[in-house]
Order: sequence, then C-alpha cells, then structure tokens
Amino acid sequence: MNAANPPFPGDAKPLVARDTASDRSVARQAAVEAAGATLANRPDPVSVIRRAEELRRGLTGNFRDEAVSSIYAEAERISRRVVRHGDTDPALDWDQRIDRIVTSPILGLPLMLVILAVVFWLTIAGANVPSAMLASGFFWFEDRAAALFDTAGAPWWLTGFIWHGVFRGLAWVVSVMLPPMAIFFPLFTILEDLGYLPRVAFNLDFLFRRAGAHGKQALTMAMGFGCNAAGVIATRVIDSPRERLVAILTNNFVPCNGRFPTLIMLATIFVAASFPPVVASIAAAGAVVGVVVLGVGFTLLMSWLLSRTVLKGEASAFTLELPPYRRPGVARILYTSLIDRTLFVLWRAILTAAPAGAVIWLLRNIHLGGASLATYSANALAPLGHAIGLDGVILLAYVIAIPANEIVVPTMLMVYMGGGLMTEMESMSDLRALLVGQHGWTMLTAVNLMLFALLHNPCATTIITIYKETLSKRWAALGALMPLVLAFLVTFLTATVARLLGWV
Amino acid sequence: MTAHNCEACPAHAQLSQMGLRMDRFDRVVALAGNPNTGKSTLFNALTGLKQHTGNWPGKTVTRAEGGFQFGGLRYKLVDLPGTYSLLSASHDEEVARDFLLFGRPDCTIVVADATALERNLNLVLQVLEITDQAVLAVNLMDEAKRKGVEVDVRSLSRDLGIPAVPVIARTGEGLHGLLASVQGVIAGEIETHPRRPTGTKEFDAAIAELVPLIDAVAPGVPNARWIAIRLLDGDGRVERALETGELAALVARQQRPDDRFSRKIALQGAQ
Repeated sequence: MNAANPPFPGDAKPLVARDTASDRSVARQAAVEAAGATLANRPDPVSVIRRAEELRRGLTGNFRDEAVSSIYAEAERISRRVVRHGDTDPALDWDQRIDRIVTSPILGLPLMLVILAVVFWLTIAGANVPSAMLASGFFWFEDRAAALFDTAGAPWWLTGFIWHGVFRGLAWVVSVMLPPMAIFFPLFTILEDLGYLPRVAFNLDFLFRRAGAHGKQALTMAMGFGCNAAGVIATRVIDSPRERLVAILTNNFVPCNGRFPTLIMLATIFVAASFPPVVASIAAAGAVVGVVVLGVGFTLLMSWLLSRTVLKGEASAFTLELPPYRRPGVARILYTSLIDRTLFVLWRAILTAAPAGAVIWLLRNIHLGGASLATYSANALAPLGHAIGLDGVILLAYVIAIPANEIVVPTMLMVYMGGGLMTEMESMSDLRALLVGQHGWTMLTAVNLMLFALLHNPCATTIITIYKETLSKRWAALGALMPLVLAFLVTFLTATVARLLGWV
Repeated sequence: MTAHNCEACPAHAQLSQMGLRMDRFDRVVALAGNPNTGKSTLFNALTGLKQHTGNWPGKTVTRAEGGFQFGGLRYKLVDLPGTYSLLSASHDEEVARDFLLFGRPDCTIVVADATALERNLNLVLQVLEITDQAVLAVNLMDEAKRKGVEVDVRSLSRDLGIPAVPVIARTGEGLHGLLASVQGVIAGEIETHPRRPTGTKEFDAAIAELVPLIDAVAPGVPNARWIAIRLLDGDGRVERALETGELAALVARQQRPDDRFSRKIALQGAQ
C-alpha cells in the first residue's frame, strides 16, 4: 500500500515504523508532559503538529485508506439491507434512451446546435414586434411629456435633460432588452430544470480536455449566457485552482444577456434584411448561433493558450453526474426566469441607463468652440474606430457602457440621432436606413461590431466579481485586458483583410 | 430514536415560513447532502424563499440562509452547496464543510437521494463522524417509487442511529415529520446513537491524545476530533490553519450571516 501512496516521512525508515508498545508509552508520556507545559504557557500549535507527525509514524497500516473503505463498506452494507430494487421501470429506460441520443458522439453536438438555434429563433422572432411597440409607446410618451414641460414654461435644458436624456436612455434599454430577455430566460430555465446542462458539459468535455481545461467549464460557460458575473461565480464547482482560473478568465467569451440585444439587432437589420421575410428570422437566428459558436471557439482557443502559457497544466479528471430528466415546474420557471432573472437584469440596466442617458445628453449639449463634447470625443476616437472597422461613436458608446454592456446599443443610437428624430424610429428598417444611409455603416461595420461585442472587455460587475473570486488585482486586470486586446486584434485583422480584398 | 411520521399527529406544531426574517432565531439548522439531491428545493419549501434551484450538480455554490418557525421556535436554516465528501477541495464544497465543522449548527439535516442511497450514505456516515445532532431526510421518494426502488426508512434509521424521514421536497410531503424529528433531536427528546466505524486501537489512542492538545491550542474549536484526524493524515491546510490561528477566524466567520452575498448571487441573473 505504501508503493501506491507517497509514503509518510516515517514509513521509509523501518526503525521508526517498527515501534513497540514501550516506545509509544514513553512518547505519550512525553506528550502529556508537553501538553501540561504548553497549557501552563501559551499553547504551541507547532508542537501539536509535530506530535501528530510522530503519532502518524506509529500507526500501522494505511489508516486513511482503512477509514475510507470502512465507510464505503458500511454504506454498502446498510443500503443492501434497506433498499429493494423492483422491476426495471419504464422511466429509467426512457432516461437512458434519451441520453443515448442526447449524449451520443454523433448526434450530441448537432442536437445541441439545433436546440441553441431554436432558442434564438424563438427569441428573435418573438421579440421583434413587442420591441418596436414598446419603443413607439415610450417615445410617444416622451414627446407628450416634453411638450407638457414646454407649455408649462420649463427651461429647455430641464426638459431636455429629463425627457430627452434620462428618460430616453431608460426607454431604449427597456424596449431593446425586455422582450428578448422575457423569452430567452424562460427557455434557458426550462433547459436547466430539465437537466440538459450536464449533458452539454458531457458533450463538450472532450473539447475542453484538449484545451487543457476542466470539463465542468462547459457548465460555467452556460451560466455565462445569462450573466458573465454569475458564470464567474459558478466556477467554484471546479476544484483545481488552475482550471478554475482558466474558466474565470475565459467566461467573457460567451455573450451574456446584456450583449445579446446588440447581436440580435445587428443580425436583424443586416443579416435578416438580405433574406426574404419568410426566412428572415431564421437567418438572423443562424447568425446569432454563429456568433455564439465562434464565442465557444474563442473560449476553447484562449483556454488552450492559457493552459500552455501562464496557467500551464493538464486537464484533471472529474466525475459528472447526469441527473434524471425532471419535469420543470411551470410556476418556478416563471418566477425564476421572469422575476429573478429578467427583472433583475433589467433593473440593473435601468440603473445604468438613466445616468448614461444623462451623460449623453450633457455630452451632446455642452458645446466647446462650435462642436459638442460628444462630437469632440467621437472625432478623437474615430481613427482608432476606423482602424478596426467601426467608428468613433461606437467606441464612445463602449466607453460610456463600461458599467453595463446592456446600454451599448441605446447609447450608440442616442449619440447618432442627436435631436428629436427618435419618434420616427419605429421599425428595424428605419434603423437600418439611419445606420447605413446617414452614418455610413457597411457589412464590415456590422460584422466587426458583432465580433467586438462578443470579445471585448467584460462589464464592471464581472471585473469586480473576478477580483472577488480570485482576490488578485492581476488576474482581474488580465480578465479585463485579455478580451479587450483580443477584440482589437481580431477586428483589426478582419477590417484590414476586408479592405485589402476590396470588399468595402 | 426512530423516525416519527407525524403526518397523523395532531397539528400541535405548525410550520410558518419566515423568508429572510431571521434577525432573531433560537436554533440553527444546516442542510447538507450530495449535489443535486434537492437541498435548495427543501430550503425553499421550509423558508418560503425562492433560492434558485436547477437540475444539475453544482447549482448552489454559496451558503444561503433563511428562516422558519416551527413548534414555537424560530429556526435559521442554512442551505449548503452539495458535496460528496467532507475531504474535498473545491471551493463550493469547502463552504459546506467549513460550516458543518465550525458553524455549530444545532442540528444538521442530511438530504439523501432515495434513488441513489448507497452513494449518499457515504456522506451521511462522514457527517455522523463529526456530529450527533443529525436527521436524515430521504428525499425524492416519488422518483424512487417511479423507478421501483423501495427504501425501508425505519431500518435505515435504526442502522444509522439517527432519525430518517421520507420526504418529497417538491410537494412538501413529509416536511412536518422531518421538522418534528429535528425538534426532537435538538431538544434531546430523540436520542441519537450515530453509527461510527471504529479505527484500530492505535488510531483511537492517537486521537484521544491529540484532541486535548488541540483543545488547548485552539480553545473553543468545535470538532477537535476531526482536526486530530486531519493532522494524523498530514493535511497541510489544516496544519497551516492551526499554526496561523486561522482556525479561530474560520470559526468566527461561520457565525456571520452569509445571506447578503448569497442573496445577491441568487438574484444575479443566471446563477
């Protein structure tokens, strides 16, 4: 047994291991005296540890193995007495039959992609109309409220700040985010309660293992779809510190719910628009799935790179239970997904959108030598934006949206639109006309914005969570900067290639 | 010492869910068990809270705390992450272990999956090594029935030396009996004689010698016996904890409510 386990220091020396009863009684006498002495003075932990080491050498056999196996034997004995298995039942059979398909080496991955595509298709197809309705409703209200303020004689800056600043920010965030979330979260929760997530981890295990990462990273990655901060916290299930860090640092590469609206909007107005209406939403869903798959690819790639460089090591083995499929409870699904998840994320977005709306209004309305601060900063960022296929306004939106990714699109639109054009934006085709017609967006802008949204730095909440979980400023900084650098690199490459080939 | 099935008793004790109101509580009860056995579901059923549950092992990664009232006493219930063993190393399992060892719960409810009892019993026996104050909740009885698995809960209770109560946390079935057992164990009305596999004579002697030493070095630390076993095993982390006095801090930390953080996470979108 000593050959299998690294021997304790004493095991190698036969003289010490072969102790006699008298040796032990002498030793114990000494220990009792020592205890008496330490009780009189300050007790000394080091002497206790040393004493434990001495005692360990005196123990015969491998008591640890014995302790563990006696527990196992006891558990087996008891369960043999009290558990009776009846006939093989149909339910178990069903579970196994389903698992044979869901986790099959051939069908497992394609089935996952189909499920993912269906979830996004339902989200996109279902969210379109309510989003537009919410937007027009809110902006109708903004118009009336502002008019009311004007007739009441309120100063222009007060009306502008409150209604065209703070309120408009809120309105955009709610109408862009609420419908997709209210569809996506219940679907996600159903999959979770059914027991599908461990199957995903099972299917992806071989990829993560090759990347030198832990198979449970697939679970934490799945949590990241909801919220990257939650995904980072979920990495606690990974016991190896190295693999846990890999999972923390790469969680950002799956788009969270705050970033989905950006992807969905771009997929809708650029991808879907080039297809006939019947298949438009399917095409849009396909584009979003493509981005998500790319994100999983980057997760694996960066995990692999980290495992070969700063976090060197091999993947460790682990066991993962595949729980039985369980019928999700409707009430709980609705509560969890709508009250806890949707409203919570929305509330967070609202908290950041209101000040962001105010900031944008101020940037647009404070003028320095003929140009607004917004124009100044957008112009300053324009060269950098152009180099990576975007523009200054988009980068400005990303700077303002550091606290929460949710407000990127609303911020961008508010800077683009300036004054009172807002009420005309009632459909996605208006949006397309604005972006392409007035602000020179091309397919490259759309593709690179999708890439940038996928890869760029995590939001402030996630960065703080990384710090809390690792208690290291260095890892938190790496967790923020690695994606940012990668985002710039990738978008710079695509922009350069596209321009060299004359596509734009 | 046998399990009471109180479904038929006169309802002298009523369960009332107290949610997050636990500023004043009389007793602390911990929920332990293997991953994905329904601890959070039981937690929600008892406290009326909406801790996120999910059908996958590893859902709960921090402690969540809630309150309920039963038989005139206020209880604080602590939902712990699932763990297969008290020796494990991942961060979520450490949270569970530290609370069971150093959090001084008045009673520990170990939740076991009736469909996989043998594997679950390994943890039950480990928990019984460190505490007398425990009740076994045999959960998922409905699933077991569907799968044709029958559990003789009465014999189980006798073999383990603690009350064992069949429950279905999803529907709330058996909760009354469970709480009556918890109450009985805490009040000392139900005597427990936990089953403990004994070691060799040398091993027991070594433990007997180390326990008073540990009590002297770290006064007031619960489970000196467990620490003695870990020291004998050469567990470097326990050695360090003892040396640096971190053990005392660990004990103190268990007394602090953890609900602020865990609640925030429970609400953090997708946790």
